[in-house]
Amino acid sequence: MSAFPYLSTTIGTPLLGVAAIAVLPKERAALARPIALLASLVALGFAIADAVAFKTGGPRFQLSESYAWIPTFHVNYSVAVDGVALVLILMTAVLVPVVILASWHDADARGGALTPQGSPAESKRSVRGLFAQLLALETLMLGVFAATDIFLFYVIFEATLIPAYFLIGSYGGARRSYAAVKFLLYNLLGGLLMLAAVIGLYVASTHSPVGAAFSFQTLSKAVGDGSLTMAGSTEKWLFLGFFIAFAVKAPMWPFHTWLPDAASEATPGTAVLLVGVLDKIGTFGMLRFCLELFPHASHYFTPLVLVLAVISTIYGALLAIGQTDMMRLIAYTSVSHFGLITIGVFALTARGEVGATLYMVNHGLSTGALFLLAGFMISRRGSKSIDAFGGVQKVAPLLAGTFLAVGLSSLALPGLSSFVSEFLVLVGAFEKYPVAAIFGTTAIVLAALYILWWYQRTMTGPVASSVEGFKDLNRRELAVIGPLVALIVVLGFVPSILTNFINPAVSQIPAHVQITQQAPHSVAQDSATQGNGSGQ
Amino acid sequence: MPSILAASTAAASNTAPFTAPHVEWGKLSPMLIVLGAATMGVLVEAFAPRAARYRLQVGLTLLALAAAFAAVIALHDTPTSVAAAGAVAVDKTTLFFQGTILAISFIAVLVIAERRTEGGQDAFAAQGGSVPGSQQEREAVRAGWLTTEVYPLVLFSIGGMLLFPAANDLLTMFVALEVLSLPLYLVCGLARHRRLLSQEAALKYFLLGAFSSAFFLYGAALLYGYAGSVQLSNSDPHNPGIAQAVAAHAHGPALLYTGIALLGMGLLFKVGAAPFHMWTPDVYEGAPTPITGFMSAATKIAAFGALVRVLDVGLAGSVDVWRPVIEIVAILTMVVGGILALTQRNVKRMLAYSAILNAGYIIMALVSTGHDALASLLFFLPTYGIALVGSFAVVTLVRDAGGVEATDLSRWAGLGKSAPIPATLMSIFLLAFAGIPFTSIFVGKFAVFQAALAAGAPQLVIVAVLASAVAAFFYLRVIVVMFFSDPMPDGPTIANPSIAVKTALAVSALVTVAMGVAPAALLHLSNAAAVLAR
Repeated sequence: MSAFPYLSTTIGTPLLGVAAIAVLPKERAALARPIALLASLVALGFAIADAVAFKTGGPRFQLSESYAWIPTFHVNYSVAVDGVALVLILMTAVLVPVVILASWHDADARGGALTPQGSPAESKRSVRGLFAQLLALETLMLGVFAATDIFLFYVIFEATLIPAYFLIGSYGGARRSYAAVKFLLYNLLGGLLMLAAVIGLYVASTHSPVGAAFSFQTLSKAVGDGSLTMAGSTEKWLFLGFFIAFAVKAPMWPFHTWLPDAASEATPGTAVLLVGVLDKIGTFGMLRFCLELFPHASHYFTPLVLVLAVISTIYGALLAIGQTDMMRLIAYTSVSHFGLITIGVFALTARGEVGATLYMVNHGLSTGALFLLAGFMISRRGSKSIDAFGGVQKVAPLLAGTFLAVGLSSLALPGLSSFVSEFLVLVGAFEKYPVAAIFGTTAIVLAALYILWWYQRTMTGPVASSVEGFKDLNRRELAVIGPLVALIVVLGFVPSILTNFINPAVSQIPAHVQITQQAPHSVAQDSATQGNGSGQ
Repeated sequence: MPSILAASTAAASNTAPFTAPHVEWGKLSPMLIVLGAATMGVLVEAFAPRAARYRLQVGLTLLALAAAFAAVIALHDTPTSVAAAGAVAVDKTTLFFQGTILAISFIAVLVIAERRTEGGQDAFAAQGGSVPGSQQEREAVRAGWLTTEVYPLVLFSIGGMLLFPAANDLLTMFVALEVLSLPLYLVCGLARHRRLLSQEAALKYFLLGAFSSAFFLYGAALLYGYAGSVQLSNSDPHNPGIAQAVAAHAHGPALLYTGIALLGMGLLFKVGAAPFHMWTPDVYEGAPTPITGFMSAATKIAAFGALVRVLDVGLAGSVDVWRPVIEIVAILTMVVGGILALTQRNVKRMLAYSAILNAGYIIMALVSTGHDALASLLFFLPTYGIALVGSFAVVTLVRDAGGVEATDLSRWAGLGKSAPIPATLMSIFLLAFAGIPFTSIFVGKFAVFQAALAAGAPQLVIVAVLASAVAAFFYLRVIVVMFFSDPMPDGPTIANPSIAVKTALAVSALVTVAMGVAPAALLHLSNAAAVLAR
């Protein structure tokens, strides 16, 4: 127990913003924007305070708080962070103010980024609703990474769907309601399977010497010391319940089909949160829950998971090359990147885990920036189609320049943040599953293709007639994209800002996860990772 | 009943003075208050002037429900006992059921009594006896008559519902079943609009209900033949009840098994479980919507109460016999409810199939006779019931021209923009039905699934999870239509309801969210209440 409830304060701050927006009178609805920005910036401040209060040499879970919530089922409101959760919380807290600033005009009657051209007068969209839901979503996203009670995690995991659903369905493009329903149904089905598994785990714990428990630390420890043993088939079923939910979320082939629709119909801001943060819950969940609670099943299913991840990696990249819609293109690149992250997680080597975690953060920044830049282009031109652009470089050099920088980060150019993580993932995977690593490497080549070809078609060449008169980035847009580009560059050169948190967390993952895999090498691995983190 | 006749002739031939059975009036007071008020309501109909009746009846009804609820509260720490010469079990479970039924009925009556949405008219035919479309009907409407008989009828029905889960012998249970059913058949046929549809629904409900009552009675007779007693349980060794006979394997199982089957059919009909669900969509659609909300919630609660008592008290000894059947019924109910709801275009019918689906979830809790299973059922019923009353209350607000409710889903397009508050409330109820976290029914589902899994029925949990995913689709469709479509040019109008209905809606929505965020108190209560007089 820490003296000051750091995490609850961080999680609760956006909710205060929601309350403030809720009591705004109708005629002052425009005030929702600054209130939301302020609340998210304060939350960012608290998130940084969390990172400062977190002792990198300390125990694995810190800043813990725990209060009884539903005593009948032994459910507690328990939050705590390890290094992995902490960096994801930081990433979330950075992205939300950026998204709020980027969504400034998304609720306007016209001029919203995705207002379809030539559609009948769009009915009014609620400004308060948009910003209140963004903040509500932030609270849930921060909470889901901090939750260490499995019931609490599940509840928040599912609850994120509701604001996301309304954000897509109320503010998105022409086919928004189809996309919103598809998004919700896919994720709800995954979530319900997980619910069955969560209950199964609880029932298993009731029959064990540990006694009924939902606490992640208790259960992980019990799995580690053998006091919570499940029959092999039970463990496999429970693993699948969790894994399918996370695979839908992540999104992994063949569960990915909701993502392109959701990402292309959502506003760019929502798409950033959807792909940049919400999907990370999937890979975070695999790392945190699947590996640690079901070690034997994880081992058993690793070949299958790696095959699916490799397919995702290559399939996502190939489809990204073929897209004509910019938002769909980014969505498919994410399918590819999430494949790589999953390879890192299931490589079951320390380097792989560190790389995967770092990748989650870097992907959030670079893909988030890509979505936002694409959004800026769409709002100028009113079209998501790549064909609608050409020669943007000449009329809007700033836009084209940031686009190139972000794009290069996305294809993992050395010196930009994604490179470090992609490299670690592939090296980590190569130690154990060289075939998966080799196939994964092809994604790097394909990434160069889809990013550079996209850049070439839209930014270079003669100025398309439709692009004439393009305005360059305005001050608000610079304020949106500037911090992200700066972070991408800084983290490319100094990844130790993050690895200082991630390395100890990965080395503190209990022995039963890794040692069952590769006992003799674990010590060497750890020291190698430590050196790697500081050396990068 | 031969034995009773024999006993009474024996008593007559014997010159011994007649000793009246000892009746614990205090323990029966909730039922006595409600039934007494119902009788007074009949007198009001007979003697009070027409103009004063509505106020008198509504006041009397609400007062009786509140008084009965107070009586339940006052009884809350009575020791578990059997009252009225073994006919009525007064235990924590009974009181929990009675309190739930009374609270939900109170909210439902607030909606039933609504007159403001339709300019001084309520949801019921001006004169129930008039032929639809006749001169007589037009005159009754012009005179502004109200069918205030509805209130005593509803009270009689509530009285039956209070007795149903408390009955400790099968005859009392049968009487309770009839007392709760007969008034409902009547009020189902009293809708003001679409009267023929309403009367058809009432007739259908009556005929099928009569069949199921006959099954119940036949089953009770066979069990009497098996055990020599209609009491579910009697600890007196000279006068054993059904539970004791089952434990002692009194006779061959043929009578027992057929008795269980027939009795089960009668009770499963009332909860609307497949394959005895056929009546639900038609009756829910045809009945006046406030009545639909009332009976879908309260009847189901009472019937599950009776089912629990029969299975857990009377037939606990033969759990191996009926458990597989209950499992099949649960699966069938969830599958039928979930899949047929997908094809519905009418909001009321959709809610009816959703009610079938939810009955399936609740039946899952019956597979075990353990404490946790009963506690999960006790948590699920009130939270589900109150959301159901709330959702039907929203349906009463959406009106087409002429005051007819617009129940076709396509008419609800854009409701989120034209009437944000009712649409938001409806969304809360629908998200709760879909089992989204931070709503009461999510916690209820969790409790029930957990009980079923702990009882070793993972197949039920798998089916329930898949059915929930299917169900999410049709609940979401309503939200999509309301929020993501644009309003129709000639769309329905949203009635501005009276403060009573607003209260009912606010309470239902508040409870639905509050019991999802902070369920600890109600879970504690339902755990403490899961004690049956065996």
